[in-house]
Amino acid sequence: MSSPFSINGGAAVAMVGKDCVAIACDLRLGLQSLTVSNNYPKIFPYGDVYLGLTGLATDISTVSDLLRYKVNMYRLREERAISPQTLANLVSSSLYERRFGPYFVSPVIAGLNHKDGKPFICGFDSIGCIDFAKDFIVSGTASDQLFGMCEGLWEPDLGPDELFETISQALLSAVDRDALSGWGAHVYIIEKDKVTKRLLKGRQD
Amino acid sequence: MEVLLGITGKDFTIICASKAAMRGATILKASDDKTRNLNKHNLMAYSGEAGDTTQFAEYVQANVQLYSMRSGTHLGPDAVANFVRGEVAKALRSRRPYNVNLLLGGVDPTTGKPSLYWCDYLAALAKLPYAAHGYAQYYCLSILDKHHHPDIELDQGLKILRMCTDELKRRLPIDFKGVLVKIITKDGIREHDYVDDKQILPA
Repeated sequence: MSSPFSINGGAAVAMVGKDCVAIACDLRLGLQSLTVSNNYPKIFPYGDVYLGLTGLATDISTVSDLLRYKVNMYRLREERAISPQTLANLVSSSLYERRFGPYFVSPVIAGLNHKDGKPFICGFDSIGCIDFAKDFIVSGTASDQLFGMCEGLWEPDLGPDELFETISQALLSAVDRDALSGWGAHVYIIEKDKVTKRLLKGRQD
Repeated sequence: MEVLLGITGKDFTIICASKAAMRGATILKASDDKTRNLNKHNLMAYSGEAGDTTQFAEYVQANVQLYSMRSGTHLGPDAVANFVRGEVAKALRSRRPYNVNLLLGGVDPTTGKPSLYWCDYLAALAKLPYAAHGYAQYYCLSILDKHHHPDIELDQGLKILRMCTDELKRRLPIDFKGVLVKIITKDGIREHDYVDDKQILPA
C-alpha cells in the first residue's frame, strides 16, 4: 500500500482503431484512501501526440513538465512537430537517465504517425522499457481491471465512434472496481485531421 | 494537529491556519502565524516539521520577490504555485528534503480570478476550489463538499469556514488555539478579525 505507484491512484489506457487511436484517463487524485481532487487529468498533449501518466502525482508533474520542455526544444531545433515514435524514444531515454532513482510513473503514448498516418501506441515501465502493442496499453492502479476489460471489449479495426465507446466502457468499468481510481474520465479520439476530447462524468463515489 | 484550510469563492480566497505552535505535546505559543505573503496577491500557508517550514517559506518568499525585482513583473498565482512545487520537488530527491505541506492562495490581479493550490511534502500539486491539510482534511472536506459553490460571496465563505472550525474544535483531541484567517482579493491580502472565543460543546 505504501508503494509510490499507489499512493495517489489513477488509471490510463490507450487503444488502436482503424486509422485512429484513443487515449483515456481517470480524474482522481488521492492520498491513500482520501480523495483530494476529483479533477486531476493525467493526459498531456505534445503537439498532436498524447502522453498519459499514472503513478506518483509529484512525478506526473515533474515528468510532464520535463517532457514539455524537451519537446518544445525539439520543435524549435528541428522546425517540425515530434512524431509519436520519436516521443516514445525521448520518454524512454529520459526515464532511463534516472535508472537508479526512477520517476514513479507508468507512461502511455498514443498518436498517429505524420508520414504514413499509421496508429501508434506504446507503454513504458518506470525505467523506460518500451512496450509496443498492436491493440491496447494499460497503466495505473486499475491496470489489472483494465487488462480484463480491454481483452473482453477490444477488437481490430474499430472506427472512431466505436473506439470511443470501447475505450470509455473499458475505463469506466475498470475504475469502478478500483478504490484508488475513478471520479470521471477524459477521453481523446485522435484521427488524421481531428482530435476529439470528451469529458465523462462516471460514478462519483 | 496543525490545521490549514483554504476556500475560494467568487472573487476571493480565504486562507486559515491554526495559531498553536506545538513541539511534541507542548504548546509553545498560541499566536503563531503559519502564513507568509509571497507578493501582493499571493499568500502561502505552511505546516510540517518545525525548522523546515519557516526556512522554506522564507526562501520561497525571497525568491518570488527577487524575480519581481529583476523582471519588473509580478508572478501570478499559477506561476507562483508551479515555482514553489518545483522547489519542493527538487528538495524531495536531495540529501535533505523539506518536510512541508502548503496551501497557496491567490487572486490573479488582471483577471480577478481567485485560485487555491494544494501541495503536500511530496510536491503533489493540485488546483482546488477548497482544500485542507492534516487531520483537518478528515473533518472539513465533507463539510465543504456539501456547502461549497464556486461563486459564493465572502460572507457565505466565512460562514462555511465557521462550520469547519467549529467542527474541528468539537472533534480534535488537542486544542489548536483558534485560527488566523486571511483573505486575498484583487485589492491584496488582509487579516480578518475572526471571533474565536465562543465555547464549542462536544457532540
